[in-house]
Amino acid sequence: MKTNFYNTGGKHKGILAWVLSTDHKRIGLLYLSCMTVFFLTGMTLGLLMRLELIAPGRTIMAAQTYNALFTLHGVIMIFLFIIPGIPAALGNFMMPLQIGARDVSFPRLNLMSWWFYIIGAAVAITSLFTGGGPPDTGWTFYVPYSIRTGTNVSLAVFGVFLMGISSTLTGLNFVTTIHRLRAPGMTWFRMPLFVWSLYATGWVQLLATPVIAITLLMLMAERFFGIGFFDPAKGGDPILFEHLFWIYSHPAVYIMILPAMGAVTEIIPVFARRTIFGYKAIAFSSLGIALFGYLVWGHHMFTSGMSDEARMIFSLLTFLVAVPSGIKVFNWVASMYKGSIQLDTPFLLVMAFIFLFSIGGLTGLVQGALATNIQVHGTYFIVAHFHYVMFGGTAFAFFAALHYWFPKMSGRMYNEGRARIAALVLFIGFNTLYFPMFVLGWKGMPRRYYDYLPQYQPLHIVSTIGSWVLATGILLMTYNLLRSIRSGQKAGDNPWGGTTLEWKTTSPPPAENFEQIPEVTTGPYNYT
Amino acid sequence: MADTVHSSSHKDYAGSKLGMWLFLFTEVLLFGGLFLVYSVYRSMHPQDFHKAAAGLSTALGTINTVILLTSSLTMALAISALQRGNTRASVLLQAATIVLGLVFLVNKYFEWSGHIHEGLYPNSPELLSRSHGEILFYGLYYVMTGLHGIHVVAGLVLIGIMMALTGKKRITAEDHGKLENAGLYWHLVDLIWIYLFPLFYLIT
Repeated sequence: MKTNFYNTGGKHKGILAWVLSTDHKRIGLLYLSCMTVFFLTGMTLGLLMRLELIAPGRTIMAAQTYNALFTLHGVIMIFLFIIPGIPAALGNFMMPLQIGARDVSFPRLNLMSWWFYIIGAAVAITSLFTGGGPPDTGWTFYVPYSIRTGTNVSLAVFGVFLMGISSTLTGLNFVTTIHRLRAPGMTWFRMPLFVWSLYATGWVQLLATPVIAITLLMLMAERFFGIGFFDPAKGGDPILFEHLFWIYSHPAVYIMILPAMGAVTEIIPVFARRTIFGYKAIAFSSLGIALFGYLVWGHHMFTSGMSDEARMIFSLLTFLVAVPSGIKVFNWVASMYKGSIQLDTPFLLVMAFIFLFSIGGLTGLVQGALATNIQVHGTYFIVAHFHYVMFGGTAFAFFAALHYWFPKMSGRMYNEGRARIAALVLFIGFNTLYFPMFVLGWKGMPRRYYDYLPQYQPLHIVSTIGSWVLATGILLMTYNLLRSIRSGQKAGDNPWGGTTLEWKTTSPPPAENFEQIPEVTTGPYNYT
Repeated sequence: MADTVHSSSHKDYAGSKLGMWLFLFTEVLLFGGLFLVYSVYRSMHPQDFHKAAAGLSTALGTINTVILLTSSLTMALAISALQRGNTRASVLLQAATIVLGLVFLVNKYFEWSGHIHEGLYPNSPELLSRSHGEILFYGLYYVMTGLHGIHVVAGLVLIGIMMALTGKKRITAEDHGKLENAGLYWHLVDLIWIYLFPLFYLIT
C-alpha cells in the first residue's frame, strides 16, 4: 500500500499517534469523529423530545426532564457540533491542502484547540450527572433563572467556556495560515472560495468568542459570589446579559453558515463543470456578512423592552445583512447556468441546501421585521427558522462537503446509490419535521413548551413522524459513509475532476501533503 | 517585512508575530466585555461610582501604575539587551520584570484584604446595605482587577519560562521572536491596567 498520512509512522504508537498528532489532517479527522458521535447524541435527544410532543400533557417524561432535554439538545448541537462544525473538521483537513501548504501556521496550537474542545465537551457532559443535574435553562442560559436554578449551570457553562477557547484559537490559526502560507503564485484572488469563507469565519471566531467567554465567566461569578451584575436587587440588569450573550451568539451563526456557503461554492463548479460566477462578489460578501453580522444582535431581543429607535436600527441592519447572502444565492444559481450538470450526491445536497437555506433566510426576514416579530417571537416559527438555516443550511452543506471530500480523505468512493436514497429520505424527513413548525408557530404554539393545547396536536404528530423519517435518512447516510471507508471502491487522486489544489495530490494525501509545493498560475476554478 | 530575527527555515517570524497580535485582540475583547458593563453601570450611577471610588487608595493605585509601567520598561530593555548580544543583562532585566510584577500582586493583596476587612466584598452584608451604584462599583472592581491579576500571574509564568530559555541560549540574538511575543503580552497586561487605574481610582 502506498504511503499516506494514515500509515506514516511518528514517534507515538496506537491511539497516541492520533490524539498527540499535530498533523492537521489527523486533527480534522479527530474533530470529525467526535462531532459525529455528538451529532447522533443530539439527534437522539431531539427524537425523544419529538416523542414527548406527539401528544399534549405527559407522554414519556416529566416536565423537568423535557426542560433538561431541550437545553442539552441545544448545547450539544450548537457548541459540540455546529460551531466547531465545518471549520474544525473539514477546514482543518482541506484548507492547508487548498492553499498548497504543508500544515497550518501553528500545528501544536491546533492540537491544543482539539484538546480544549474535547475537555470542554467532557466537562459539559459531566454536568448531566453531577450536582443538581442537567441544566434546564435552555442553551441561552438567560438570567435570572440561570442564576437561581439548582441545576448544574456552572459546570455546563464552564465546559462551553473551554470549547470557546478552542474556537478562538482555531480562528487565530486559520487567519494566520491564510495570510502566511499560501503557495507561490496564489494571490488572494486565486484562493479557493472555501478558503475565503474560512478566513472570514476565522475573524468572527477571533473577535466574537471572547465576548461569550467573559459573559459566561460573569454568570459563574453571579452563581458563586453573588456579584450582582445581572441582579436588579443589587442594581444589575438582566437584559444586559441578553445583550452580551447575543453579541457573541449572533456572529456565531455566521461562524456556522459562512464555511457551509464556502463548501457549497467549492462543489458547484466541479459538478457544473464551469467556473464560479462572480468570484469577487462571493469573496467580498463573505467579509460583508462577517462584518455586518456583528451589528444585528438586537433582533433576538425585540420584545425585551428596547426603545423603538434601537429596534428600528437593528431591524434595518438585519435586512441589510441578508443582502450579501442573497448575492451568494444568485451567484450559485448563475454558476449552474449553461453548465454540464453531474447529479451526484454532493450536488443534490447542494441543491437541497440552496432551497432549504432560502426558506430559512426568507423567514428570517419575517422575524427581522418589527411588527411580525411580535407575532412570532418565542414561538415554533423561530424554531423552524433556525432549523432551516442551521440544519437545512449548514448541516446539509456539511453532508454535501463530506461526500465531496470523502474520496480525498479516505482514498475510497462511497456508494452513490445508497447516498442518493439517504439524501432523499433526509430531505423528505427534514421538511416533514420542520415545515409544520412554521404553521404551528404562526398559530401561536410557544417554543420550549412541554405541554400544549389540543388544537396543535395534528401538526405535532406530522412533525414527530418527520423526525423518524429524518433519523432514518441520517442513519442510512452515516452507515453508507462508515461502510465505504472499509469497503468502498478505491478512488484515484481526482475522481470528480476538481481543479483546486487538494485534487493534485494523492487520495489520501501523504503526511507532508505534497511531494513538491505546487506553483499556482491561474484562478482556482479553471474549467476551460 | 524585515526578518532580522529569522533563523531556521521552519520558522515564520512574521507569522508568529501575526498570531500573537491576533491573540492580543482576543484579550482586548475579553476585557472589553467588562469595560462595556462598567460603562453601562457608570452611566446609570455616576454619583455612586464617584463616591465609591473615594474608598480606594489613590496612592496605592498610583504606585502600582508606576510599578507596571517600569516593568514594561525593563521588559523592553531585556529585549534590546539581547539584541545587542548581552544575554546576562537580558536575563537580569527579565528577572526585574518578574520582581516588579510580584510587587504589584503583593500590593493588590493588601488592597483587597483591606477592603475585605472593612466588610466590602461581593454579597457582604455591609456592601449590600450600600446603594446600587456602590455595589456594582465594587463588583466590577473585584472582577476586573481579579481577572487582570490572573493575567499578571500568567504573564509572570510566561516571562519566567522566557528567562529560562534565554539562560539556556534557546532564545538568542538571532532568534528571539518568543521573547518579543512575551513582551507584547506583558505590555498588554500593563495597558489594561492603564485603563483600569483611572476608571477605578481617579474618578473621585
